[in-house]
Amino acid sequence: MAINPRAIKTTGYLLEAQGLTVGFGPVNIIENLDIQLKRSEILGVVGPSGTGKSVMMRALIGLLPRRGGRIRYFGRDIDKLSLSARRKVERRWGVLFQHGALFSSLTVKENVQVPMREHMDISQELMDELAELTLSMVGLAPNAGAKLPSELSGGMIKRAALARALALNPDILFLDEPTSGLDPVGAAEFDELITSLKETLGLSVFMVTHDLGSLYRACTRIAVLGGKKVMVEGDLDTILAYDDPWVQSYFHGNRAQTVQVQMAEEDKALV
Amino acid sequence: MATVAIHNGYRLEEGGDTLRFKPFGSWIIRNLTEVEKTLSGFTMPKSSAPVVIDLSDLEKIDVAGAWLIHRSAKKFAAANHPISFESVGRAARILLQEVAESDRPSIPPEPAPSKAFTLVEDAGKSVISSVGDVRRLTELIGSMAAIGASMVRRPAMLRFTPILYHLEQTGVRAIPIVALITFVIGAIVSQQAIYQLRDFGAEQLAVNFVGIVILRELGVLLTAIMVAGRSGSAFTAEVGAMKMREEIDAVRTLALDPIEVIIVPRLTALVIAVPLLTFIGNLSALTAAAMVSFFYGGVPIDLFIEQLRDQVDMINFTRGILKAPFMAIVIGLVAVLEGLQVEGSTDSLGKRTTASVVKSIFLVIVIDGIFVLYYAMVDG
Ligand SMILES: Nc1ncnc2c1ncn2[C@@H]1O[C@H](COP(=O)(O)OP(=O)(O)O)[C@@H](O)[C@H]1O
Ligand SMILES: [Mg+2]
Repeated sequence: MAINPRAIKTTGYLLEAQGLTVGFGPVNIIENLDIQLKRSEILGVVGPSGTGKSVMMRALIGLLPRRGGRIRYFGRDIDKLSLSARRKVERRWGVLFQHGALFSSLTVKENVQVPMREHMDISQELMDELAELTLSMVGLAPNAGAKLPSELSGGMIKRAALARALALNPDILFLDEPTSGLDPVGAAEFDELITSLKETLGLSVFMVTHDLGSLYRACTRIAVLGGKKVMVEGDLDTILAYDDPWVQSYFHGNRAQTVQVQMAEEDKALV
Repeated sequence: MATVAIHNGYRLEEGGDTLRFKPFGSWIIRNLTEVEKTLSGFTMPKSSAPVVIDLSDLEKIDVAGAWLIHRSAKKFAAANHPISFESVGRAARILLQEVAESDRPSIPPEPAPSKAFTLVEDAGKSVISSVGDVRRLTELIGSMAAIGASMVRRPAMLRFTPILYHLEQTGVRAIPIVALITFVIGAIVSQQAIYQLRDFGAEQLAVNFVGIVILRELGVLLTAIMVAGRSGSAFTAEVGAMKMREEIDAVRTLALDPIEVIIVPRLTALVIAVPLLTFIGNLSALTAAAMVSFFYGGVPIDLFIEQLRDQVDMINFTRGILKAPFMAIVIGLVAVLEGLQVEGSTDSLGKRTTASVVKSIFLVIVIDGIFVLYYAMVDG
């Protein structure tokens, strides 16, 4: 008896998209794309600017309509879920947008409490404690909670937005260029933060990035987007060996060598 | 023998000389509502028996759950109970450690000042802010004058394309709504005039009354109020959003003058558009008046026009439309001024936009009053 592979439910992936097609007007930005996220991994998605990394991420979290393809979260097809079941699934992911997208009229602490207030029925006292705890976990100073987003620096905005994304203890964390706009030291710290949160909280991370440093430091698997599809995926070595002009110049150019030297120095410093 | 108390999410076993605190089930944020309620009603035992926190029945834990366990442990410790943990799984250990590391005293919020004090404070603040308004307005008028003077010398400063764009936005696109509003009000006023004067047999005087009221007051007032609501709010929102995204600073750093690039085109467009819109509003209101006279008062259209020409002096029209550019300047200045005061939050954008519309409508009416006084004095 032939088995229809699509009928198999438990694939072991937290997130699995098959044949994803998204476009605007007459053109498809991504076409027939397959991508998966495994448990407890940090997947780095790279690719030339404008290839549709952000578009893909927004389609995966349902912010953009799909023209085709199916998406499964935790083994369940999201098209087949009822609205309330969908909301439940949505509560199990946290999203960090490229510019933070903090609510500008709320303080940092209130921003972190928004998802708790909306989806949980817990006392204000506990919400205050949990917000404070989360802010401390993402490395913000105790006085940051009372500040408004307009009073924060770029790195602090990213951290505050990360705290909000973590508020409901998500299983999957989506990050769109989390280190863009940060200085190299800040970016390295952020990568470390993500890695350690992944370890402690058991997160799985889907990270769109431009930052070679993040790929070397944090990611456990890499997918390169190109030609409307995932061109190649695998661990760093697989990618480094892949024969494509963009991949070669990205991973072996001058910039890449600088990063490799940096990494080596950081390793030495650790010893 | 041990006594066992079962609560939501945890068991408390008292046996021998130790106390066992045994959380069970899922201690994750989605399930903690009830647990938290019973935990907060928890009364410490009087003794200082050692407490064993036994996690053997715990199925799932997350940060929030770890926090509650950590908090309970802290409370036991504060009541002088020696604490020990038992059967702590890997995930729980990592989380408890993380939570303990991240636990820090929070900064207490500043105590709220008393009601009476806030009242006084608010009053003081609003006085200061209106003084600030006046100061900023003077500054802006000053720089406008300076720019106006240099514009006379160097007309190339007038940016043609943006002015045309804003003329379209504030002028051309406002025509339908201005025409509609003035038409409706013109019809209402005219119907009332005919109805009230009919008792005195003076229906034909309605034309004089309606004509004068429309040309001197209603046309320009209604137009200015519509423009304040439409374009004033739009200007404030545009300038405010530019301020929020540092576009105004960008303009400055490009060695351009924000007043010249942002304010002058909008103000110029308004000064041109409002008189023209007033003219259209006048026509529309008079058309409505003529139609009401015909259908309701039985006055033929040609008679209406003839009477209008004979009885209503041109000076009424000039006096009305003369107010338009002044109102335009006030609407534009208030709108831009409010927009420039927007701060980082979307909140302040909304507040400033509201303030802009309210202030400019108020000032439009004040200006109208000043003109009425002035004309009354001139006419003696
Ligand atoms: N809302 C939109 N409407 C039309 N085109 C869009 C929209 N969003 C993105 N695009 C186009 O999709 C392509 C991919 O964009 P994006 O995913 O943002 O690139 P990146 O890989 O750099 O994140 C770009 O060519 C962009 O112009
Ligand atoms: Mg992008």
